Amino acid sequence: MQIFPCPFCGPRDETEFHFAAEAGKHRPEPAPEVTDSAWADYLYGADAPKGRAQEVWVHLTCGEFLLLTRDTVTREVLDVAALPGSREAGT
Amino acid sequence: MSGWRHPTLGQIDRDRPLRFTFDGEAYTGYAGDTLASALLASGIRVLGRSFKYHRPRGLWGLGGEEPNALFDVGQGGISTPNCRATLTPLRDGMDLRAVNTRKASRDPLGLLDLAQRFLPAGFYYKTFMAGGWMRWEPMIRRMAGLGRLDPSNRPPGDVPQRNARCDLLVIGAGPAGLAAARAAAGQGATVWLLDEAGAPGGALRWRGGEIDGGPWREFADETVQRVQAAGGRVLTDTTLWGAFDHGLFAAWQRGARDTHWRIWAARVVLAAGAIERPLWFANNDLPGIISAEAALHHLVLYGAVAGRRVVVATGNDGSYPVASALAEAGCRVTLLDAREDTPEAPEGVEVRRGARIDAARGARGLGAVNAGGQHIDADTLLVSGGYTPSVHLHCQAGGKLDWDADRDALIPRPGTSALIPAGAANGTFGLNAALAEGHAAGGGTGPAPNAAGATWAIAPMRPDPKGKGRVWIDPQNDVTLKDVKLAAQEGYRSVEHLKRYTTLGMATDQGRSSNFAGLAAMSELTGHTIPETGTTTYRPPFTPVPLTSLGGMRRGGLFNPLKRLALEPQHAALGATFGEYGGWRRPAIYSDTQAEAKGARETLGLYDASPLGKIEVIGPGAAELLDFCGYVAMSTLKPGRARYGFMLGENGVVADDGVTLRLDDNRFILSASSSHVDHVRLILEEARQDRFDPSRVFVHDVTTHWVTLSVTGPQARMALETAGTPGDVTTLRHMQVVETRWKHIPLRAARVSFTGDASWELSVPARHAPGFMTVLDGAREALDGHWIGLEALMILRAEKGYILIGKDTDGITMPQDLGWSRPRERRQDEYFGRRALFTPEAMRKDRRQLVGLDCDGAPLPTGAHLVPLDGPARSLGFVTSSYHSPTLNRAVALALVDAGRDRKGDTLGVFHLGQHRTARICAPCAFDPEGTRLAD
Repeated sequence: MQIFPCPFCGPRDETEFHFAAEAGKHRPEPAPEVTDSAWADYLYGADAPKGRAQEVWVHLTCGEFLLLTRDTVTREVLDVAALPGSREAGT
Repeated sequence: MSGWRHPTLGQIDRDRPLRFTFDGEAYTGYAGDTLASALLASGIRVLGRSFKYHRPRGLWGLGGEEPNALFDVGQGGISTPNCRATLTPLRDGMDLRAVNTRKASRDPLGLLDLAQRFLPAGFYYKTFMAGGWMRWEPMIRRMAGLGRLDPSNRPPGDVPQRNARCDLLVIGAGPAGLAAARAAAGQGATVWLLDEAGAPGGALRWRGGEIDGGPWREFADETVQRVQAAGGRVLTDTTLWGAFDHGLFAAWQRGARDTHWRIWAARVVLAAGAIERPLWFANNDLPGIISAEAALHHLVLYGAVAGRRVVVATGNDGSYPVASALAEAGCRVTLLDAREDTPEAPEGVEVRRGARIDAARGARGLGAVNAGGQHIDADTLLVSGGYTPSVHLHCQAGGKLDWDADRDALIPRPGTSALIPAGAANGTFGLNAALAEGHAAGGGTGPAPNAAGATWAIAPMRPDPKGKGRVWIDPQNDVTLKDVKLAAQEGYRSVEHLKRYTTLGMATDQGRSSNFAGLAAMSELTGHTIPETGTTTYRPPFTPVPLTSLGGMRRGGLFNPLKRLALEPQHAALGATFGEYGGWRRPAIYSDTQAEAKGARETLGLYDASPLGKIEVIGPGAAELLDFCGYVAMSTLKPGRARYGFMLGENGVVADDGVTLRLDDNRFILSASSSHVDHVRLILEEARQDRFDPSRVFVHDVTTHWVTLSVTGPQARMALETAGTPGDVTTLRHMQVVETRWKHIPLRAARVSFTGDASWELSVPARHAPGFMTVLDGAREALDGHWIGLEALMILRAEKGYILIGKDTDGITMPQDLGWSRPRERRQDEYFGRRALFTPEAMRKDRRQLVGLDCDGAPLPTGAHLVPLDGPARSLGFVTSSYHSPTLNRAVALALVDAGRDRKGDTLGVFHLGQHRTARICAPCAFDPEGTRLAD
């Protein structure tokens, strides 16, 4: 059972979190200019890196999305940050 | 008969005899006995039958590694399967049954053993493929297996799940563990000290010893006091069974009632000790062949002596005290040491040097031993092939192992897991060395506790692949040396393949006493070294853990607790029968579903719509957020109006539908389906935080803050007038919404309909709901209206072709498949899921579309396949909803059908479980297609 740090609530059990997306993946748009393969790649093409990974997760209990950097092999949590533009953590 | 009870030895309470039965025969043990010691002292040798060949098997070991002595234990009318005899305390009146046989002492399936030549490893895989495994499986399951599950045994779901944190967790309370706990507690650390046995001490309990010049027991008692004084805990009868991510450890504590622990520790010391290896010779599985360590354990703790004419076969110094203790207890003891250089012979023990066992003799138990051409009569053979460190938890935590030839063991590679190994778990045998290592592991400074005595000398013992006869490697799963050879021959040389091909080490003892022999044999056969051969992966649990312990209270109604309505008591008082609908416990039926549905159409229906999602979207950015997240634009909606819409996934598939209310320019309420509220909220939140300016819009789920009662039917407006609701409510038109007050109570009214009749959804703050309900119920009574349950509501909405997402849609349904293609064709702005609506798949003409079905007779079974009447039978789709409509007096049905809209008027076959019917494709809406009843 992993312990993830929420920038707003502190360390919490992993069952309170949900994976949202791999970080840095930009939504291709506007739709008429996006090819089928580019859209398929956006929907289904996950990098799933071995080792260091940057991911967007949501802390379900407070509803805040966060940027989690973790090692997918050792399960070590390397860094956590609120999404850019969100309210200051801890306020 | 070979085992007996020593008149004085043991820590049992001889004043408290306990009666028990084994396979129907009555025996007596004493308070303090385990099942194993009571049976051993009663002289019973055959305790069970082996898994595959039904060979007689007896007691082998102690603790969690016992492979043979498993029983179904009956007590108080409850039978618990597969209790390990060495870990289960004896209680008065227990009824023990051997597993995998009717009776351990007489098992007709024992004849299978004669066919052993024809039952090699992989026999089942190779043979029973003919005609399909499913045909053979029931027969094989009856012949091979473990305990019998008693269907009437429903143990209470009362195991507490407890969480703990500590500075130091010490696994194992033997000498190394005690020293570690003592050192850390002395520095003020909170220490949790756990041991699988009923008391701390580990092997000291039967081997004895002096520590710091005093008896070990004083040292142990003092350590326990220090741990407790520093705020720590000492848990006995507690198996630490799993190491998990981020320093979580799980422990199973046994007692009158079990407890399940989740422990997070800053530091962990692994002092789990070591497990004795057997020796490998022909018939080494005969009852009467016992681990030397276990024999001493049962003698000293329970006064249970393994036999009278005892041979001890060993290659290490650790067996000498065993031989000495048995000789002292009155046994005739011969010790065969594989080494030439041995310690002095203990008093009363005949030591033969350079002697190895070739074969054991006996039919249903040991009778004699062949060693170096000599025949020795014996009723008991104690063996020791060295010790295997218990490194399971280190490996579960990601640790690696190193081969240490001096210690003849695989030991934890330093720094590869967060656990600090100490003592025998680290291959450090001998009391003084274990104390020193434990002391250091616990962070001790200054001199370590010390004890006399040298480290044991251990000669490596290995299975001999050229040996004759049947040599058992894994007794619990009946794997022999021959099977390992066969696996090597057939190319299953990796230990992971060996394990899966032969089932070596896959039994409930998890190969505690067999894995090492398996890998040693494979290394000899392949000419590889032991580190090259490697080990299989260690996974939790270390010991089988009862599901009751893991599940705790989470069963029955607490397994997945339902959400409850604020007005549940009032509905119950009205006679409602409840059912589960999307995670909510809601009224299913009040009196009669057909009458309720008919009454709602003719006069008036009332239902509790509180679970309907109410997600407030507030702020100057609200309209923009809803436009992006929804398929139907909401920015063009006027305040005071409502609009039906969909929410899609990015893959274009419909995730939810519902009505959005605009209360003012910057305030919306999104009515998500009751079971999709959390999902819809997350879609909105993700877009809000990851795409828009989160300070301009807020999303707030207020579903449970409000109670919503729906009033529907031709008399609905009359009912509201009778109830005295304000005029701005009664004059509302279809798809209008108003916020007002009713007797100073905030009231929100929306003219939206899930029935096809004029309907008002009336929401009041939950605390005012009972009074509000009483007033509405009075109006209902005056107008002869009906409370309608969810079942009647399902009929009403199906008559109208109103869908439920997830029931009338599936994982590929897009909005155009439901007839909602306008936004897809018209919208120019970006919205969630937009691009996916234009893929080649989304553009196909033969997509599966929502249609209605017209049929004679009873409603169609949900899930029934629709098939062409001519040509090859293939499924064109399926029925999603079907009910008998009391208003139309016929069945109505909805279905998803390939190119369904083009087939309007066609007749298709309906196939379900071998039954054929026909149905005609029609529009989804079967009642009031012009919508005149809504216009009122």
